[in-house]
Amino acid sequence: MTMLEIKNLHAAVEGKEILRGIDLEIARGETHAIMGPNGSGKSTLARVLAGQEAYEVTAGEVLYEGKDLLAMDPEERAREGVFMAFQYPVEIPGVSNTYFLKAALNAVRKHRGLPELSALDFLKLVREKMKLVQMEETLLNRPVNEGFSGGEKKRNEIFHMAVLEPRLAILDETDSGLDIDALRIVADGVNVLRQGERAFLVITHYQRLLNYIIPDRVHVLVDGRIVRSGGKELALELESRGYSWLEAAAAAQPVGA
Amino acid sequence: MQTSTQTIEQLARQDYKFGFVTDVEQESLPPGLDEQVVRAISQKKEEPEWMLEWRLRAYRHWLTMTEPTWANIHYPPIDYQSIVYYAAPRSNANPKSLDEVDPEILKTYEKLGIPLRERELLAGVAVDAVFDSVSVGTTFKEKLAELGIIFCSFSEAVKNHPDLVQEYLGSVVPYSDNFFATLNSAVFSDGSFVYVPKGVRCPMELSTYFRINARKSGQFERTLIIADEGAYVSYLEGCTAPMRDENQLHAAVVELIARAGATIKYSTVQNWYPGDENGKGGIYNFVTKRGKCDGAGAKISWTQVETGSAITWKYPSVILKGDNSVGEFYSVALTKGYQQADTGTKMIHIGKNTRSTIVSKGISAGHGQNTYRGAVRILKGADNARNFSQCDSMLIGDQCGAHTFPYIDVQNPLAQMEHEASTSKIGEDQIFYCNQRGISTEDAVSMIVNGFCKEVFRELPMEFAVEAQKLLAINLEGSVG
Repeated sequence: MTMLEIKNLHAAVEGKEILRGIDLEIARGETHAIMGPNGSGKSTLARVLAGQEAYEVTAGEVLYEGKDLLAMDPEERAREGVFMAFQYPVEIPGVSNTYFLKAALNAVRKHRGLPELSALDFLKLVREKMKLVQMEETLLNRPVNEGFSGGEKKRNEIFHMAVLEPRLAILDETDSGLDIDALRIVADGVNVLRQGERAFLVITHYQRLLNYIIPDRVHVLVDGRIVRSGGKELALELESRGYSWLEAAAAAQPVGA
Repeated sequence: MQTSTQTIEQLARQDYKFGFVTDVEQESLPPGLDEQVVRAISQKKEEPEWMLEWRLRAYRHWLTMTEPTWANIHYPPIDYQSIVYYAAPRSNANPKSLDEVDPEILKTYEKLGIPLRERELLAGVAVDAVFDSVSVGTTFKEKLAELGIIFCSFSEAVKNHPDLVQEYLGSVVPYSDNFFATLNSAVFSDGSFVYVPKGVRCPMELSTYFRINARKSGQFERTLIIADEGAYVSYLEGCTAPMRDENQLHAAVVELIARAGATIKYSTVQNWYPGDENGKGGIYNFVTKRGKCDGAGAKISWTQVETGSAITWKYPSVILKGDNSVGEFYSVALTKGYQQADTGTKMIHIGKNTRSTIVSKGISAGHGQNTYRGAVRILKGADNARNFSQCDSMLIGDQCGAHTFPYIDVQNPLAQMEHEASTSKIGEDQIFYCNQRGISTEDAVSMIVNGFCKEVFRELPMEFAVEAQKLLAINLEGSVG
């Protein structure tokens, strides 16, 4: 059963075309990885799916559970179950992580016709999820991401994901800037959340993350297009051969083909 | 980028919920100011000779003064001869009880969420309601009187407690202090008076709610609060006005006196009409607020949330005279539309081991201009004085401005000063981050702004803190209200 269907997606930033015709299908319960060199459009794809305004969709369509994703506001997408773990999580001074998450969770629950959680139930849920992704309790009462280390920020993203229980989770270079221990903790967090119909789109520059989060499919993005798709072994091939052979192949491909 | 900036700007627009006019028969003096007007006000209030003399001294001094121009605010010249200096509801200017108060006025306060009937009040707050030039009712008077606490309108204090008024009136803000304070001294009509005796802790919040109703009238109220040795009082002040096209002048004076070991906590939520989205109309708010820590270990704490007025000119200050005395200033000032605020504080350290804290949060949206102006003076004798100042500005949109003018004068080598300042912009990335978690843009702006103001809000009494947060939310959200 298809969850996400991207058809011929083109997108531009400040008039410059970054995505130049993406086709991708993700079925429920699958984990797909998007790899590619710097500037290939990986993060643009994540942000277009999340609905960031600076990215203008110039052509194509995206269906999410059969609905037109691009017609939804970013908050609507989130409430429908699309989650993005940010590459650079934003700091919100003075707003505690708990308060923020409670507002988020209740917005999502309201959208789904569920009652707001009481403070007590919310705290119980948060404690449970905290354990799941190995968050320290001290991070809960600190302002959202303020003064967090790089690893704490990424872990906090996974923690948000655990609380909000999305259907589709997009990880935008979640491994960047993490040492190997932090990377493992983040990957473990993701792996416990890989369950049921939840689908993942893992965006990464390096293969090493995929040692821990084993994808069902790997796609290589070069110059705004997917130039190769394969199983998890494709990631290993990229590790040993680099991206240059695919970049050369992409350059040879005529525009619009 | 463009579109999202516009959304934020739209959010910064607001509906002013308190802009209605109450239809009551008014008694007022004709516009204009001369010695006769000053005498007429004093006569209407049946004041003793000494009070009239004080007013006249102020008036004569005012004639020699010119309006100050140093503030970072711009407005057409104020015509002081076109202002009505006294306006009062005709019926029962001095009501003995609330039953004598015009029901229309009671309704007004109910509409504003300030019921004056004691049984309808939160038990923890006593209210003095000032409608245009007069106080229309003070609640919980008897209960407070049992503890020796005096809480009444200024007019009543002049009549019933002349010795206290004569001793303290002008002792912190002399009648010659500045142009607007001097004008106030000449024509002030009413206000609140509080005296808390030695060692008494006032068991409830005292509160004054100011309402300007009459057209073309100015409001000139005067508040005097005295906390005797070891006493404690927390005082709240709120204000609103109808929406009118012309500007109206509000020039108030507040004097606080804290004797040794006493604490006065003074909180304001100011929501005068700010003018329309094109900058037409609104209140000119020129206010002098000052407190004196007149004894060892006294403490005065100002907390203000300024969201209204076309122009705000206000510097609640503390004179730290007693050794070990403490002064605090916590401020949130929001300017949107064409509002201008030039606000801050003065901390004057005279005694030894005196401490002061300044936390100022300025938020500018629309075409708002927000200026922090603060002075910290540490005089020669103030050994080991300490000051911490923090001035943060937040910009919403790209048409507004934030300005900071800290003045520092340290004459004692043992003093310690810290000053921190920051300017931030509500980022589209912050809003998007909230959106991506399912939080709407409106809720996101309100959350981010409230987070920014947290250090100030936590200084407000509980009910007021909730009010203040709501007020900011209403002021910043397009769809609410």
